[in-house]
Amino acid sequence: MDVLGRYRNLIVLVGVLFAQILGLAVQVNVKRTADSEPTRLIRIWAVGMITPLEKALVWAQTSSSNVWHDYFYLRGVRAENRGLKQQIERMSLERVRISQDADQARRLQALLAFKEQFISATMAAQVIGGSGSELSRVVFIDKGYNDGIRPDMAVITADGVVGKVLEVYRVPSTSKVLLINDQSSGVGAILDKTRTQGILRGTASGEVVLEKVMSDETVPAGEMVLTSGGDGVFPKGLLVGRVTKVAPGSELFLNIHVRPAADLSRLEEVLVVTKIDERQAEPDQTGAVRAVDILAERLPAVPSKPEDAVKSSVPGTVAPGTIAPPSPGSDAKPKAASPEASTASGSPAARKPANSASSAGTGSGTSSGTSPVTRTANGAAKIPPKPVKTATEPKPQPAVEDSPH
Amino acid sequence: MAITYTSGEQVEVYRFSIPATILIPLAAVFLQAWLPLRLPFFSIFDLPLLVTIGFATARRSPLAGLFTGSLIGILQDALTHQAIGLYGIALTVVGFGASSLGIKLDVEHAGARFLLTIFFYIVHEVVYFTIARGMVGLRMAWSWPHEFWSGLANALLGVLVFMVLDRVKQRT
Repeated sequence: MDVLGRYRNLIVLVGVLFAQILGLAVQVNVKRTADSEPTRLIRIWAVGMITPLEKALVWAQTSSSNVWHDYFYLRGVRAENRGLKQQIERMSLERVRISQDADQARRLQALLAFKEQFISATMAAQVIGGSGSELSRVVFIDKGYNDGIRPDMAVITADGVVGKVLEVYRVPSTSKVLLINDQSSGVGAILDKTRTQGILRGTASGEVVLEKVMSDETVPAGEMVLTSGGDGVFPKGLLVGRVTKVAPGSELFLNIHVRPAADLSRLEEVLVVTKIDERQAEPDQTGAVRAVDILAERLPAVPSKPEDAVKSSVPGTVAPGTIAPPSPGSDAKPKAASPEASTASGSPAARKPANSASSAGTGSGTSSGTSPVTRTANGAAKIPPKPVKTATEPKPQPAVEDSPH
Repeated sequence: MAITYTSGEQVEVYRFSIPATILIPLAAVFLQAWLPLRLPFFSIFDLPLLVTIGFATARRSPLAGLFTGSLIGILQDALTHQAIGLYGIALTVVGFGASSLGIKLDVEHAGARFLLTIFFYIVHEVVYFTIARGMVGLRMAWSWPHEFWSGLANALLGVLVFMVLDRVKQRT
């Protein structure tokens, strides 16, 4: 009895350590045998205590930052707006080239009965906290079970892949996201040009390494690494990062270091991929839009003939061969005149493809001085007579405007 | 009679109010999870460890020290995706050791606190490394330069944390 009293502290220490080691052994065993470990009650309590504080702090920080940047610090916004408009125009031309390539790829995929994966729904979420441990590279986001988040959903940013949802909590509604640079993470990856596949893994020091690539492969530094879609979590073709260093690894494999495209140490907002559709590729039936068509849309308009002007002055009617300007309250897309109407008036103008019409609408909505364009049967762009403006004619709504929000 | 290296006044045992006992460890775990996302360099620090050492040396009770360390460690574990108990075991050992040493050493001076923090930082890392690698099978590499600089940084912050705890501790 005296011995027990004398060594009481040591006995309690050994008891507490033994209990924890036993618990640890049970968890390790469960992890090895089961596919998914059940969420422990203690984790729910801990997350319930910590994440509400994090959410409140992030909300306060974001709100004050928004008030400052949206209402007070507006220096350079107009210049930025002009730059963005120019960028949109450049990207419209680029889109034409890419859509032609994509259409060709879709036709080939349709011939092969190829099934594609599409990200059909995403949810924006804010990163509110981390794990506080260098050996556990996870972050918490402010969306959880009640928002439709489920385990194993992919998490991305505009720059690239971030990770996958590991655990989802109901109260508070939050989720734990495993980053791709954690050592327990694994992503099916493919090199962009060489199409060599491998497995992307994190290391203890937080680096990302592409494994299982044979040493006889040639992998240049700087090559893009994309998701292969083979892991069942990430859809195929998402950017993961770029190869930074290639060195001989263990056995017959290369040791390829990859710099993640998304800055994993400074995550603020992410997108959770909540729905991925898989469907067979179908070639675009509407036909490709040529760069010349887009340029033609931006040419100055020619004044219309007087009789057209009389017809167009009647409210609710549109001059044949023209595209009606958008009415207030409706969306910015103008309606194309029907082919029958064009034929009846003797105009050879044909109806423009749907995607072209939408870009015409964008053009008339974003920049002044542009005019709607009709297209002849052979696809050449034609500038239609410009409708005479009347008192009842509504003005197109600008699509981009400086808003305080 | 146990031989101690402290003066009569230095063996004074302190206690903390219930709000301080609950809120300070909670704040430490919260800041450890939140700050590295905003300030990435902060991940080198280990606030829960510093608070455990601070509480243990002030209370000078091995039992209180080991239970404080155990609870703070388990709370820290719960936020990670690793098995629960890694930090728990490491901080249990640190809590017990710091309170046991606090009885025998003068821990009221900044220099002693600085050295004590470096020592227990290394102890913490060794225990964590052993359990994580040996039992859980995590791939880890031991780096003495990293541990040395981390220990130094934590010891500097530790002196400040001790000063904060001095303000809230009460004489028994």
